[in-house]
Amino acid sequence: MSDFVSGFWSTYISVLVLVSVIGCGVFLWMQDKAKYTPGETTHHVWDENLEEYSNPLPNWWRWMFYITVVFSLGYLAVYPGLGSFAGQFTWSSQGQYDKEIADAKAKYDPIFESFKKQDIRAVAVDPKAKEMGKSLFLTYCAQCHGSDAKGGKGYPNLTDNDWLYGGAPEQIMTSIMEGRMGVMPAYGGNPEAIGGAAGAKEVANYVRSLSGLAHDSILATKGAEKFKQVCSACHGLDGKGNQAVGAPNLTDKIWLFSSREEAIIEIITKGRTLQMQPHKDFLGEAKANILAAYVYGLGGGAVAAPAAPAPAGTDAAAAPKTDAK
Amino acid sequence: MLTHDKIESNIGIMVVLIILLISVGGLVEIVPLFFQKSTTEPVANLKPYDPVRLVGRDIYIREGCYNCHSQMIRPFRAETERYGHYSVAGEFVYDHPFQWGSKRTGPDLARVGGRFSDEWHRTHLNQPRDVVPESNMPAYPWLDRPVKSDDIENKMRALNAVTKVGGKPAYSDAEIAGAKEQLKGKTELDVLVAYLQGLGTVLKQAN
Repeated sequence: MSDFVSGFWSTYISVLVLVSVIGCGVFLWMQDKAKYTPGETTHHVWDENLEEYSNPLPNWWRWMFYITVVFSLGYLAVYPGLGSFAGQFTWSSQGQYDKEIADAKAKYDPIFESFKKQDIRAVAVDPKAKEMGKSLFLTYCAQCHGSDAKGGKGYPNLTDNDWLYGGAPEQIMTSIMEGRMGVMPAYGGNPEAIGGAAGAKEVANYVRSLSGLAHDSILATKGAEKFKQVCSACHGLDGKGNQAVGAPNLTDKIWLFSSREEAIIEIITKGRTLQMQPHKDFLGEAKANILAAYVYGLGGGAVAAPAAPAPAGTDAAAAPKTDAK
Repeated sequence: MLTHDKIESNIGIMVVLIILLISVGGLVEIVPLFFQKSTTEPVANLKPYDPVRLVGRDIYIREGCYNCHSQMIRPFRAETERYGHYSVAGEFVYDHPFQWGSKRTGPDLARVGGRFSDEWHRTHLNQPRDVVPESNMPAYPWLDRPVKSDDIENKMRALNAVTKVGGKPAYSDAEIAGAKEQLKGKTELDVLVAYLQGLGTVLKQAN
């Protein structure tokens, strides 16, 4: 608090504070000196005959007051309070915060460092790292991926074995640090080739056929051509997607949004942009490392784990879940 | 001599003495803040709210977001680990009134900018439980409607009257004249998300 535009303000505060504190003391002392006549009243009469004695302050109260005056002077000598004067202890809230951070770094950095030196696959099975990872995940990741890491509509399930951008430890680390941006343009960027809304319905039927869902086979056959021509650029000729651009696998019965025909048509006609924010600056490498290990260890890592699709909810037509990043 | 019964029976003297007494706190604790660089000068790169974020801010206030969300990260590790760098006074020189808040039913929002995608905010405002099943935040489904822009120029002029940073008003005449144009076609949801995405992005620090 020493960045006043002029030195006047420091003096101004000091004078007001000291005058108030010392003034209290003097006022108290004057009360001590005031002449006391036993039985004298304040000359105030309420309700016809109620009066109040003008008695001196009780000693215990008076002495308490003197002590607070002395205490406040002592306080102002060691802590900041008098304008720009920092006090004997040179305490500041910033200093206290810096110390708190330094203490925490000394305590926790070695733990983070020791995990950073290990292979992420090893960290993923370390019980201590798992516990840290869970706590970090709940603080920083659960808002989108859910506290059970099973994601939600538009936010990938991290516990299954389906990955938008790859499930190797390095790929997970990159997703966390740099973020991801997946863009599907409306009509795959080529409305003519798709053939407008009618074409989108055909393609949607073909996409449903890829994972064995009910579809109109005539429409799907027409859609297959269009898919090959436009959609395959990202989703692949076989519809298995492309992790380099985050194009989801369309054949695995795992849906980031919904498998309903209308939902697929909507995505084709309107496009989608899905973004995960970069966390490099905010989390730093040490925490991201623990998180990558935690996510890898959730069961969906490159180690083959049985993909456990989340229960599809009560509504049979509702979105089966997700997919992973 | 000012004795007890003299003060008590003379309302004029009593008023003067009471004002003197209660003004000491304000004179010592509030007035000097107006003459302190850290409270009156913006942090580096801080810009006044552009019209879109400004209207978004008004919707934030209208919907009472401040009742549950603070915008003030205190300098404790427990807070900076979760939210980012603690808040400093220089970040709020264009905030009239500031939205520091005093109650956290939801998390602090001082640095929520850039933390989530626009799409996340849209879904979340429309129905928080679509993205955070445990959330107890109310839904705001009515925000997807055109924003009211006919008072934006007066709003900016009013802010100019109370914001003089380095002797300069926050908005130039040209900026005020172009404000309506910027709000064209925007929904309340658009501007609120724009406001949220700008929060606390000027001061950043790795954790």
